[in-house]
Amino acid sequence: MFHWLEKHPFFFAVGVFVTISFAGLVEIVPNFAQQSRPLIGTTPYSTLELAGRQVYIKNSCNACHSQLIRPFKSETDRYGHYSLSGEYAYDRPFLWGSKRTGPDLMRVGNYRTTDWHENHMKDPAAVVPGSIMPKYTWLYKNIADIDTAFAEQLTVSQFFSVPYNKPVPMKDGSTKIVKMGGSVAEANAMALAEAKVIVADMKDQDVKDAVANGKIPEIVALIAYLNSLK
Amino acid sequence: MENRPLEYDYTVAKMFMLTTVLLGIVGMLIGVILAFELAFPGINTILGSGLAEFTNFSRLRPLHTDAVIFGFTLSGIFATWYYVGQRVLKVSMAESGFLMFIGKLHFWLYIVGVAAVVVSLLAGVTTSKEYAEFEWPIDIAIVVVWVLFGVSIFGLIGMRREKSLYISVWYYIATFLGIAMLYLFNNMEIPTMLATSAAGESGIGAWYHSVSMYAGTNDALVQWWYGHNAVAFGFTVPIVAMIYYFLPKESGQAIYSYKLSLLSFWGLMFVYLWAGGHHLLYSTVPDWMQTMGSIFSVVLILPSWGSAINMLLTMKGEWQQVAASPLIKFMVLGSTFYMFSTLEGPIQAIKSVNAIAHFTDWIIGHVHDGVLGWVGFMIMAALYHMAPRVFKREIYSKSLMATQFWIQTLGVVLYFTSMWIAGITQGMMWRAHDEFGNLAYSFIDTVTVLHPYYAIRGVGGLLYLTGFLMFAYNIYKTMTAGKELAQEPANASPMGA
Repeated sequence: MFHWLEKHPFFFAVGVFVTISFAGLVEIVPNFAQQSRPLIGTTPYSTLELAGRQVYIKNSCNACHSQLIRPFKSETDRYGHYSLSGEYAYDRPFLWGSKRTGPDLMRVGNYRTTDWHENHMKDPAAVVPGSIMPKYTWLYKNIADIDTAFAEQLTVSQFFSVPYNKPVPMKDGSTKIVKMGGSVAEANAMALAEAKVIVADMKDQDVKDAVANGKIPEIVALIAYLNSLK
Repeated sequence: MENRPLEYDYTVAKMFMLTTVLLGIVGMLIGVILAFELAFPGINTILGSGLAEFTNFSRLRPLHTDAVIFGFTLSGIFATWYYVGQRVLKVSMAESGFLMFIGKLHFWLYIVGVAAVVVSLLAGVTTSKEYAEFEWPIDIAIVVVWVLFGVSIFGLIGMRREKSLYISVWYYIATFLGIAMLYLFNNMEIPTMLATSAAGESGIGAWYHSVSMYAGTNDALVQWWYGHNAVAFGFTVPIVAMIYYFLPKESGQAIYSYKLSLLSFWGLMFVYLWAGGHHLLYSTVPDWMQTMGSIFSVVLILPSWGSAINMLLTMKGEWQQVAASPLIKFMVLGSTFYMFSTLEGPIQAIKSVNAIAHFTDWIIGHVHDGVLGWVGFMIMAALYHMAPRVFKREIYSKSLMATQFWIQTLGVVLYFTSMWIAGITQGMMWRAHDEFGNLAYSFIDTVTVLHPYYAIRGVGGLLYLTGFLMFAYNIYKTMTAGKELAQEPANASPMGA
């Protein structure tokens, strides 16, 4: 049979393709049917948080920081409750990372503050002596791309039914509504309102001035995202 | 007419040889910079704080991985295909104007793709998925490049004189099919410009931005099914294709066992795809998939070692060649590193070992003993074998090649030993508890302890890069100053002193 295949390239290629597809069909397809459902209490990202998530991706934070707490005592002691599948339901893409050059950030919002992030991102070694994390000074100057974050919200709500402007069940039995703008202008206004809350806890005068002038530096969006990780 | 040997046409092979060398230098240089950035963080702002955004670790890291995978390795795969393909199918590219056109188009579109990738990654335009960072416009370009590669493969096969496909061709076909399937499924994404707001606005925000079709755990599963098998079909399958051709050719020995190559090929095809789950152990992916990932990773030793043993036994009775020829040294040590790496991988895939190894530098060490010791050595050996036949000149310097071999071997050894120690140290410190059950170390303790290992790794990488520059110089001098050859050598590439 193999000798015959080696003389018939078409059937050879078909044979190879069937052999390599097999694993994918068995391993991946069943999980697709059973889409990962959101955990109760997991809410979609707000516009500013999503813009911050894009800043996180733009700077490949995931190259050094994981967002996956494994079910070991040493990990739950350090980072909090181990990760559950439903918590990632609104993560497109997933940001688990594959290397912890720095600590896990899955629940960083529980134990770090806006003020801490502001100082740390400017000069990590000044906050954590011995840190090898680079300074992310440009985040204080570059302006976050709110339009694209809004486009992403629209995309996930239209193509994947992510529940924006709809009640989402919370752990205590109540519901919460994460709002999304109806237009680009409204989305920007909403993000700015969120940014003002963050900036109230910040010290950098240039950043404060930028937000006062209606512009949101990347650092503000990033902190909004990091604070949302709980 | 009948007795005249075929004149093969290496135009396209030469083009890809050039990019193999150039992108190899770029990718490895960035790697060395990254290594030293971890050891000495000041290097993150090496070009001043104004340009720090483009020289810091996190922005450069995807550029390093993609430059060595899709730059150096892929160019090497293409270069060897355009050389090996003609020879084992007994047909010349010059016989078909169409295939020659496709080959050149393949090259130039590839160059356009590489340029787009470099610009976009430096700008931070990325999907964040490892080895699949490119946004949808580049994905489309990559698919076109890949289709052209497929046309080249099957076009050449279609007009072959040798009816039976040689083992290397099996592996090139598998490379083409495997990457095509993996890449398409992993990069399913929806451009955000397609969405419309309630106010009727569309085309909002960055036109190149997209959202993954899969969310959370599903996304992770597809990504690591891709990520692991991109290694399979980028770093294993096509490199095995190379060694099946170049080792017998260079040594003048026949392949040891046809049956072993059959078993290894079909075994590898079946088993490899299951193993991706080992990247997701103790994650939120269903348990049975994690277990399958572990089990099949261990089973994977069989087909991997099958190929490697087949190669080593091909040298049976001819071991003096290893001492005499640095080119044979590269291939034999390459097979050995392949065995080493494919034993190490399954060990790391065992759940209890993975609990320590995952997220640490041991994984980085594992990747690099595979890519530096196996992929890098094999591609350089392939180009060394091709150079005298493509340029019709002796290899410029044998002693330079031998020196390069030892420098690079030392580099690889420093690299993986330091990363082993770093990884296991860090993994053990993360999980250490004191007598009261509290964590024994804060996270930063587990970072500062790694400094000496990061420095040693940087030196290892620098040695490997130095060797690669010697390789580039040797190839350049072969092209320009090597002694001309009247006749193509049957085996054993001729080398100057």
